[in-house]
Order: sequence, then structure tokens, then C-alpha cells
Amino acid sequence: MMRLPAFTYAAPRSIDEAARILAGEGPQAMLVAGGTDLYPNMKRRQQSPRVLIGLRGIRELSGITGIPTTGLSIGACTTLTDLSTHRLVVESYPALSRAVRTISTPILRNMGTIGGNICLDTRCNYYDQSYEWRRAINFCMKCDGDTCWVAPSSRTCLAVNSSDSVPLLCAIGATVRLAGTHGHREIAMRDFYNKDGIRYINKQPDEIVTHIALPPVNGWSATYHKLARRGSFDFPVLGVAVAMWRDPDGTVLDARIYLNAVASAPVEAAEARQALIGHKPTPDLIAHASHLASINAKPMDNTDLDYAWRKKMVRVYVRRALNGLS
Amino acid sequence: MAGDRHRIVGKPIRKVDGPSKCTGQTLFADDLSFPRMLWCKLLRSPHPHARIRSIDTSRARNHPGVVAVLTGRDLPIPFGILPVSQDEHALCLDRVRFVGDPVAAIAATDEEAAFEALRLIDVDYEPLDSILSIPDALDPARPPIHDYGDDGNIHKLVSLEFGDVEGGFAEAKEIIEGTYFYGGNTHLAMEQHAAVAVPEADGRIRLYSSTQTPHYSHRALAKVLEMPPAHIRVIAPPTGGGFGGKTDPFNHEIVVAKMALVTGRPVKICLTREEVFYCHRGRHPVLMGVRMGMKSDGSITALHFRTLLDGGGYGSYGVASTYYTGALQTVTYDVSNYKFESARLFTNKPPCGPKRGHGTPQPRFALEIHMDRAAERLGMDPAELRLAHLVPPGSLTANYLKVGSMGLGECIRKVVEGSRWKEKFRQLPHGRGVGLACGAYLSGAGLPIYWNNLPHTGVQLKLDRSGGVCVFCGETDVGQGSDSVLAQIVAEVLGIEPIDLRLVTSDTDLTPVDLGSYSSRVTLMMGNAAVQAAERARELLSSAVAGKLEIPPTRLVFADRHVFDAERPEIGMTFAEAVQTAEAKFGTIGTVGSYTPPPSAGRYRGAGVGPSPAYSYSAAVAEVDVDPDTGWVRVQKIWMAHDVGRSINPVLVMGQVEGGVYMGLGEALMEEQVFRANRNGVHKFPSMLEYKSPTTQEMCDVTTYLVEDPDPNGPFGAKEVGQGPLLPVPPAIANAVYDAVGVRIDEVPITPEKVLKALQAKDRRYGPADLPPVTWPPPLQVATPRQGGDGRAIGRAIGRASGGTTSTPAAEPARVDGRVTK
Amino acid sequence: MSSLSKLRVRLRVNGEEHEMLVPVEKTLLEVLREDMGLTGTKHGCELGECGACAVLVDGKPVLSCLALPVELEGHEIMTVEGLAAAGRMHPLQEAFADLGAAQCGYCTPGFLLAAKSLLEQSSDPTRDEIKDALAGNLCRCTGYIKIYEAVELAARRMRSGSETAPEQAVLYGR
Ligand SMILES: Cc1cc2nc3c(=O)[nH]c(=O)nc-3n(C[C@H](O)[C@H](O)[C@H](O)COP(=O)(O)OP(=O)(O)OC[C@H]3O[C@@H](n4cnc5c(N)ncnc54)[C@H](O)[C@@H]3O)c2cc1C
Ligand code: SF4
Ligand code: FES
Ligand code: FES
Repeated sequence: MMRLPAFTYAAPRSIDEAARILAGEGPQAMLVAGGTDLYPNMKRRQQSPRVLIGLRGIRELSGITGIPTTGLSIGACTTLTDLSTHRLVVESYPALSRAVRTISTPILRNMGTIGGNICLDTRCNYYDQSYEWRRAINFCMKCDGDTCWVAPSSRTCLAVNSSDSVPLLCAIGATVRLAGTHGHREIAMRDFYNKDGIRYINKQPDEIVTHIALPPVNGWSATYHKLARRGSFDFPVLGVAVAMWRDPDGTVLDARIYLNAVASAPVEAAEARQALIGHKPTPDLIAHASHLASINAKPMDNTDLDYAWRKKMVRVYVRRALNGLS
Repeated sequence: MAGDRHRIVGKPIRKVDGPSKCTGQTLFADDLSFPRMLWCKLLRSPHPHARIRSIDTSRARNHPGVVAVLTGRDLPIPFGILPVSQDEHALCLDRVRFVGDPVAAIAATDEEAAFEALRLIDVDYEPLDSILSIPDALDPARPPIHDYGDDGNIHKLVSLEFGDVEGGFAEAKEIIEGTYFYGGNTHLAMEQHAAVAVPEADGRIRLYSSTQTPHYSHRALAKVLEMPPAHIRVIAPPTGGGFGGKTDPFNHEIVVAKMALVTGRPVKICLTREEVFYCHRGRHPVLMGVRMGMKSDGSITALHFRTLLDGGGYGSYGVASTYYTGALQTVTYDVSNYKFESARLFTNKPPCGPKRGHGTPQPRFALEIHMDRAAERLGMDPAELRLAHLVPPGSLTANYLKVGSMGLGECIRKVVEGSRWKEKFRQLPHGRGVGLACGAYLSGAGLPIYWNNLPHTGVQLKLDRSGGVCVFCGETDVGQGSDSVLAQIVAEVLGIEPIDLRLVTSDTDLTPVDLGSYSSRVTLMMGNAAVQAAERARELLSSAVAGKLEIPPTRLVFADRHVFDAERPEIGMTFAEAVQTAEAKFGTIGTVGSYTPPPSAGRYRGAGVGPSPAYSYSAAVAEVDVDPDTGWVRVQKIWMAHDVGRSINPVLVMGQVEGGVYMGLGEALMEEQVFRANRNGVHKFPSMLEYKSPTTQEMCDVTTYLVEDPDPNGPFGAKEVGQGPLLPVPPAIANAVYDAVGVRIDEVPITPEKVLKALQAKDRRYGPADLPPVTWPPPLQVATPRQGGDGRAIGRAIGRASGGTTSTPAAEPARVDGRVTK
Repeated sequence: MSSLSKLRVRLRVNGEEHEMLVPVEKTLLEVLREDMGLTGTKHGCELGECGACAVLVDGKPVLSCLALPVELEGHEIMTVEGLAAAGRMHPLQEAFADLGAAQCGYCTPGFLLAAKSLLEQSSDPTRDEIKDALAGNLCRCTGYIKIYEAVELAARRMRSGSETAPEQAVLYGR
């Protein structure tokens, strides 16, 4: 039986209390929400916090407030099930509801939270392995070792951001609210991530994600296309999210395209966006934009399925996403 | 035997273990615990191939909670499932042969302490050159992994010729050639292997283990522990799925038994999922070359089959697997002349062995795609081609397999009709297609694994004056429903209900030997033994009751818990009274039954693999969608007809068919046991998340047809169903992909990148290039029955050694290499 | 063994209160199986990848291998052992037994609990709804088909309140 290593468990009742404990314990402490990412990692000894700070008991972190015309605020500890079935989300942010429904399994979605999902550890199949397995390859840069086995010449870890909600949240312009011992801040979701598989989020050690703020629904439409081997359980090996604003005559006012699971951070397809803005999305233009987007993606051989094929799929999936919105 | 109208046999009644499994009452091996029980963990090799220079366990011994530590020195005697390959040690002695090979064991008061102490064992390894692919293993310059075998890393070489293959090719109008690769995959039973050993105060020992073959574990334990077998008791609790993955005696079973003897305390081990991937014994990766000669009517004048098996680090069932890749090609379509050459290779990977269909799904995949190609070449409908050349029932094949009942024709007709094949084949829009394939499997191997002339199974009945009957049998229910088959047969013959029976199974102290749940042997063999034991009991009861009622015993009917006069049903007594009557007359009532398969017809070396009392047949049509932009294959539906001889319980037979379709679907599309050759030969992803098995979202619809063509050798006519229905699924899907988009995918799994590559390739194909060269020994010549042969070999065809006639361009093996080991 | 601290936790399992001292890092799966003797809850990976360990918490399926008892105080936990009431099997258990939906039976507890939660939300689920609700449970024996049919049969029986018989094709094939 895979078991958790020993730790002490703190169950703060408020955000402030949690931030204080986190600051006090330093790097040996970690936050835990649903535990569906952290506990498997701990069982495999990829992460070994001595102190766990459970966020579930903090009321302020759960639930969804606001109205679509001015935007919604989602508590970080809202479960993926509650988020994807929430009436306002289903009606006004259907793409988000659908994206979240593609995550893991119905049972895991009852446990996993949106805060945990956006802070999800980066993934790599040289890293998501037991201690003994990793020891057999002499470990890797992300944990206990020095070399990146995916690209031995790489100076950074190339583990993959594998969240299904993140690309969509980036595309629609969601923001992340954080609280720490030094107060609160809010940053755009797209600025929350680093292209570094080890330091993959811009979060101070004592900060807690408290909310995800969804922008008002003002004429954009969005979609998310996930590529994974199976229709359940599997992390994306490619995620394509598009949010599009269009003139009544069909002209694209803006089209934000984010790719995930192809790098340590979600990748914006900026050239594709520029190519679309100001034009009507004809099949030719969509094909062109899809081609541009695919240049941005450099999948590596560290997830399921052949990486050269995955690279080819970027164009197909972006095209399908754009077609779906046009 | 009971007449044609049965009360219980043939009825879809509840599985006898259904309620206990649905309420959480069933205790599996890992559910058992005993006072003062210790927990065991194994330290496993991080090297694919290394010499062990020394092991220092002193730090681990001092870790709090640790009670005992064992290394290979404590268990020096080798073991293995086959007498010819006793090449495993419970803990490696001086050499490790794959990443995951166990080298030391720790027992501690709790599992976490044992786990922590593993890191305190210091092993000094000297890494050796590792062999990670078929070409590596064929390279005579590379070091041998074992010091036995046929040549270097060739564990087993086979070369057989039945009839005159060259003559057959000369007669042929068309010669069709192909190369195929079947990727390795594993069983992934939901239950991880567990074992608990309990020492008894008088020095005997008891082992509970999630095994499909308690008898073989029993033999290995006696050998390695050097104890009289009578002092070892092996019990197989209900097993949480096996599929062949729990049919070897395992190192962890021997280790916990030894630990229990050393510590005097019960010791448990439950492997982690990762460790289960190292136990493996799963499907061999097999590279295959097929050459088939046909007349213009499609009759097969010659078939030449070559297989290369990537065997992994140990023998396991490998010698049998090797022969199985050649044995059953002849039982579906008539083959006049047949040549089979095969080599199993040792590689530094977890050992391969038997998985559902043991060694036959790989050649079946090749053969059924080959038939599809042949039909196209001959301009025939693939169903018609097959129907025209079926092996007739009651015949003897070129390699001396006795075919009894043969319902394949009916199976083909059912799926052709049910799927509306005629309206779909080559007529569906681009991107959608149908494919047809067939299969056949054994209902039990005709010969035991170790040579003996004893029965393969036994059933013992104790009849109680209460009206209850206790049934003892060594069979092991791994989910396939063998307990229910046993209960239904005994209840049928005695005219009582399954709930009146108490089953005592798979316990080497209490039950007569049954060889185990493998080779689909249980229903046929145990069933026949059960019929015999129950009929003997019925005779005793009949004779006593007839005496008392003063009527001839032949007039008695056993039904509805009564024994009565067929002519005057009001005259009779309850079953309990009948037992009492018999007990008064004969003393305590107990009977036995046993079963030994009929002798096989082949007498040549190698003839031991393939014979069976009866063969099951299946045919499938798959309908698939292929996305031409991505290569993605989605199987919409499978129509499967299976000739089961006769269903003892149709709803359970259907469950086996559907389960076989499921597993075939997984093998066809996604399941892959692969290793990182560039990273020390580690298993690429030993987890349930990354070893892809179909979820509810991938499983296709299934329409099942049960074809009942009773076999004279089967109990009530029954044949197997547990393995056969898997076989046609992968080739039916491959053939459907061809129908949908016109590309041949000659290997499994059929992943989207392969389909896309084939769509972009000039030859519209994805698959292996030719086989790497092998120097085949001259074949053992056997005259076929048609040539008037008697089943014996004529001799070796001296001077006709066929070198690697299909020689390989230098660049090609690299691709093969890349596929096999990634 | 290596625990830094043991906690007193109070769990409500199958309607009964249990108070015990457990190391905080012991998952609900381990506590149910090893401390409470409720071995009906199974495990196939302990990493959230198979669904064998599913139990109900306040009526919703969760994975006991990734749940800590300390996080579950005050919640209602149900395991397969709690499904039958007063010696009578739940209609789902009856239907699973009738159709052989439990072959080896190792995945069965997880499926039963996930299915129970589904039937509580929808008394007449479509085949696709069943597939979606059971997408977090793996079974290697059945190909899921008898499981779907059992859920449908149980739903039908629960709606009609009677012992409806299964369809012929489900029992005998075609
Ligand atoms: C089998 C399996 C399949 C999966 N499939 C998918 C999938 O398809 N797609 C997908 O996106 N995910 C998948 N996941 C990952 C995971 O379940 C989800 O991402 C989930 O949303 C994580 O949330 P959690 O609350 O359980 O996170 P936790 O495990 O509690 O935390 C994850 C990380 O976030 C940090 N964290 C949590 N909450 C906060 C907070 N409020 N502030 C700051 N840091 C925080 C934790 O410290 C930890 O590092 C899968 C997991 C498993 C086991
Ligand atoms: S990308 Fe490289 S460094 Fe990062 S986890 Fe994978 S192997 Fe390790
Ligand atoms: S044991 Fe596999 S999901 Fe919990
Ligand atoms: S019944 Fe065996 S795993 Fe589902």
C-alpha cells in the first residue's frame, strides 16, 4: 500500500490564520485543499512537507459569489463538481463548466478544488514516479537530482502545466486573488505562471490563493478542447482554449488562444491572435491562424502519446476550436 | 447424465458468490489479518542487469520496528513454473535481471517501518551490459542473461514442419507475405498481489495468496523451503482478477512463508501497483513474419509462420508461450502444410508469461489480418473466404490437434447478419469501417505443466443427512465464475439448489488437486469431475431409495430437492431423506470424481502444447470511426459470437464475452507495457494512470451471440469462454481501420500517431519491417495426417537450415528496436 | 510507526460513531481497513487512479485513499458494508448479483457506491449518464456492460418497487 509520510496537520479557520502558519513554518509547510494532487505526490515522495495546512475548514474560501454581468468570484476551495454544476457557471460560463468537467473523474472532482487545480504541480513522466523508480534513473532536476532527462542540455525543468481550467481562465481574462501576511493582491491568470517546471507559479511562499475572479460576460464566447488518451482520468496532453469577441458583422475583435500541456506554463498564441483580429474568420484564415498557433507549441517527450504527433495535433485542435466559435 | 431439460444448468442464475461480493463480505488475501502479524516489503533492483557484489543489511536490522531481514542467501534454491526453467530465486542470489527484481526483504511491525528500512539496506552492484530489445538479444556479442537456453540470449528455439511447405507454396496461386508486431501488455488485475503466511505451532505453515494456481505455489514452496509438501498448506482466497498474472509461483509468496518460519509470526505482503507491473508475466511482445500460399479459391496450401518473442528476464511459462505462438493457427481454417519457427529471447525486463489467450492472440492478430489481405487479393468477401475453408468438426489438423465440435461457421454467420456486414463492408463513408476476424482457444491444456499421469482435477462430495452437500475442489475462482459452475453442475445432477451446497475450494490441505485457473481448463475439466462425483453420489442414493420404494433405480428423478418416481411423482422422498436412506444402507456418503484429458494425437517433440479436449471458437465484427485528421480510432460497436459448446450459465458466459471484448479493445488501442531503453530500462509508466486501460468512456457497445454446439468432451457439452473472445478483437479492429481509411496497421496498440503516419505513408501501412535475421535450425519434419503420418517426427531436415531468408536492410531493425523498447 | 503525532478522531461510519487514535497521515482507506476491520473498501493504486477505494461522504463518492480522517469529522461516511439495511441487500446489490456484474468483485464496492449516488440524483438515468457517473471507476473483468445493465435494472426495480425481471437479451445474449 502506498502510504503518506508523516507530517503534522494544521486546520486553520481563517485565511489570516492560515497565512500566519504558512509564514511561520516556512518552506517545510504546504497548503492542501482537496489533496488530489498533493497526496499522490507525497506518497511517491516527490513532495514531503513536514507540515500540512488544510484549507478545507476555511469558510471564506468556498463558494461562488457575484453575478455574470459584473463577474463572478470563485472561492479557491470550491470543489470542481460544485464549480462545474453551479447554475450561473453553467448558464453564463458554459465553456468553463465544460472544461472543468473534463478534469480527472467525477469522484476526484468531488474532492479536488479550483485553487488546487490552478496551483497543480507541473507534470512529467520522469517525475510522477515513486522514489524507487526515480532512484533507478538517478533522479532529475525537479526533485532530488541534477539533470533533466527530457532534455539533458536544458537548464530548466520542462515539466508540463497540465491543468484543464488554466488555459480557459487565461483566455477569458480571469484573475487570481492572493492573500499573504503582507496583505492581498490580484494578478491576471496569464501572469501567474512561469516557464519553469520547478518554480511554475508566481506565488510568494506565504501566499494563499483565495479566489479566482471571472470577468463579466460581455459578448465573448469561449471554448476548450482537450486531447487525452481516455475520456476520464487522464490529464490533458494538449489543451486549447479560445475566447473570442466578434462584431455583429462577424469581424473578430479579439481572439485569445491559450495552449496548455505543451510547456511549463500556458502558452499564448499571440501571432494567431494578431492574424485573426480585424478579419472575418474564413476557413483559410482559421487554417492560417492554426498554423501560427502550432509554431508556439513545443511538446516534449514527457507525457502520454507521441510528442511529434502531439505537435501536429495543435494545429488540428486550434482549428477545431476556432471553427467551433466561428 | 441428466436429460436434455435441465433445471439449473443453462439457466442465468445468480453467481453463487454474488451476494458476498456485493456486500463486502468476501475476504481477499489482503483483507486477512492475524494477531501479531508483521508486514513485509521487498527491496528491488534499480539496475536492469547487474551483479550483486555484496549486501549489507545491518543498518536496516537496527531500524525501529524491523524484526527480520532476508537476502538471497536465505533462500538459495531456484524455482520456476516449468520444470525446464527453474531459473528464479525468491531473492536474487548474485545477479539481478531487470529493474524491479527483488534482492532483499524486510519484515517489520508495520508496513511503513518496513518501507523506510528498505532504504537502509546497502547493496553494492556491478552494472552489466543490458539487453533491452529483440535485436540486442539476437546479437551473439552481447552477454547472456542466463547460463542456460538454446544459444546466447535465445532461451528457446523451435522449428517444426508439418507436411511439405515448399511443395505447398509451389501449388499456390497467390503467396501473401506480411510482418506484424504485437506489443507487450499486462494483466492489470484490480487486486494487487497479496500473500499472508501463518506459522502453525507444530512447525507447519499456511499461506494465503492471491493466486490462480495454489497447487503450483505449493510445489514451489515445498521445493525452496525444503519442507514436506504435506506440511505446507496453500489457500487461494477469492482472487481479485488474474487474467494469467497470478499463475506463476511468486517470489513474494516464498519470502513471506520463509519470514513466517524465521520469525514465528504471521507475515503479510501486499504489492504496490508498481511492483505488480514488475511481477508482470504478461503478454509477450511478438514480432511475426507470415507467408501464406493459397489457391484461387482461397484454400491454404502452405503457411509459414515465424515468431520472435521478447521474453524478459526469466523463463516463466515462456517455453509454452513459444509453442503457443504456433499451435492454434491450424484449428480455424484448413491448412495443408505448415511450418513454424520461433525463438524466445531473454531481455532485461520483467518476465513475460501467460495473459488471457496465452501466446495465441499475437499470431491470431497476424493471421486474421493476413486473411483480410488474402480476401482482398482474391477478390472475395472476407467472411465468405473464411466460411469456405473452415476446419471440419471431428478432424485432425496438420499439427495433430483433434478438433471436436466446431461452431465457427455459425459464429461468422451470426455476426455477419447481426452487424449487417453485407451492407457495410467497403460501403461505409470514408472514416467509418467494419472489420471481421475470428479466433479459437483451448478448453484446457491437454498436458499438465510438469510431467505426470495423474488427473488434472478432482471433486469430492460429502452428503449430509441434513440435505446439505459439501463440495471440495481445488479450483480457484478468479472472477470467471468457476464456483458457480461447480455449484450448478452438482446441484443439477443431485436435484438440489446451489444454496444447498457448501463449496470448499482452492485449499491444498482440504481439497483434491485442481491444477488451477489457467488455459481455460476449469469448466471443462472440473465440470467433468463434478459430473462424475455427483453421478456417483446419485447412484448410491438411487440404489438405496429404489430399494426402499421398490422400483427400478432408473425410474428415479432427482429434482426440486426430491427424489421420486418418474411415473408416479407422488411416490418419493425429500433429498435429505434420500441421503438418510443411503447413509443407513451404506454408511457415511462421500464420492469423488476426477478428470484426465484424452491422450493427444501428436507424438513429436513440441506436440505437448496445443492439444485440448475441445476448442472454443469466436467471430467478431468491429465497427469503427477513424478521424483522418488525427488518426484517432473510436470503436463504436463489436458484434461477438462465441461457440461455447453449451452455456452452464448464459449470463456468466456473456460476462466473460464482454470482458474479453473489453480486454481485447484495450490491447488493440492503448495498453502497452514498455520500457525506457535509454534510461536504464525502467518501466515507462508503472501506474494505473499512465498504463492506459479503457474506462467507461472508451468501452464500446457489445452485442453477444452465444452459439451452442455441444462438445462430446465437455460437461453438458460445455467449452471455454474465459479467453477465446479476446482473440478476434484486435484484428477485427485493425481490419475495420483498413475498411474505414484504407491503411494497414500491422501492430498493436493501434495508436493515433501510427494511423496518421500510415495515412501519410506511401505504402499506406504502419508496422514492422522484416524480421531480424535468425539462424533457424533445420525443422523437425512431421508428416501430416493427410500424408498418412502417425504423429511422430520423421526427423530433422538436414541441410535445409533456413538462414534469415528474409534478411533485413541494415537500417530496419532500428525501427523494430524503437518500437519494442521505446 | 514514524508518525509525528496521533490524533483523536471521531468518524461517523455507516451510521455509527467511532472514536479512535490514529496517526494523522493514515488515510481513510487505511483506517477503515486496518483499524476498523471494514475491509469491504478495496484498493488498486492508492493514488486516485482506479476508484476501487470509493466511499460515500455525505452521499457523494470520494476516494478514501486520498482522504484524511481528520478532514472528515462531522461528515457521514458510508462504505459497502453499510449499503444493506436490516439484512436486506440494496436493490443495486441485488441487481449486481443477479447479472454477474461482480465478476472478481474487487471493483464492485466502488461501483456500487458511485451508482448509489447516481440513483439518488436521478431515478431513471440514461446509459450515457450511467457511463459518465461511473467514469471514475475502473473494472478489468466485466467490460462495464453488466454493470450498466445492473444499474438500469436496479433503477427500474426501485422505481416500480417490485422485482422486475431482467430482459432476455441481458441474460441469454442474442
Ligand atoms: C488520477 C488523477 C487524474 C487527474 N486528472 C486531472 C485532469 O485531467 N486535469 C486536471 O487539471 N487535473 C487533474 N488531476 C489533478 C487534480 O486532481 C486537480 O488538478 C485538482 O483540481 C487539484 O485540486 P486539489 O484541491 O485536490 O489540490 P491539492 O492537492 O490540495 O493541491 C495542489 C497544489 O496546490 C496547492 N494549493 C492548493 N490550494 C491552494 C490555495 N488555495 N492556495 C495556494 N496553493 C494551493 C497545494 O499546496 C498543492 O501544491 C488529476 C489527479 C488525479 C489523481
Ligand atoms: S522536465 Fe526534466 S527536470 Fe523536469 S521533471 Fe521532467 S525530467 Fe525532471
Ligand atoms: S485505491 Fe485506486 S483510487 Fe483509491
Ligand atoms: S469485477 Fe473484477 S475488476 Fe470489476
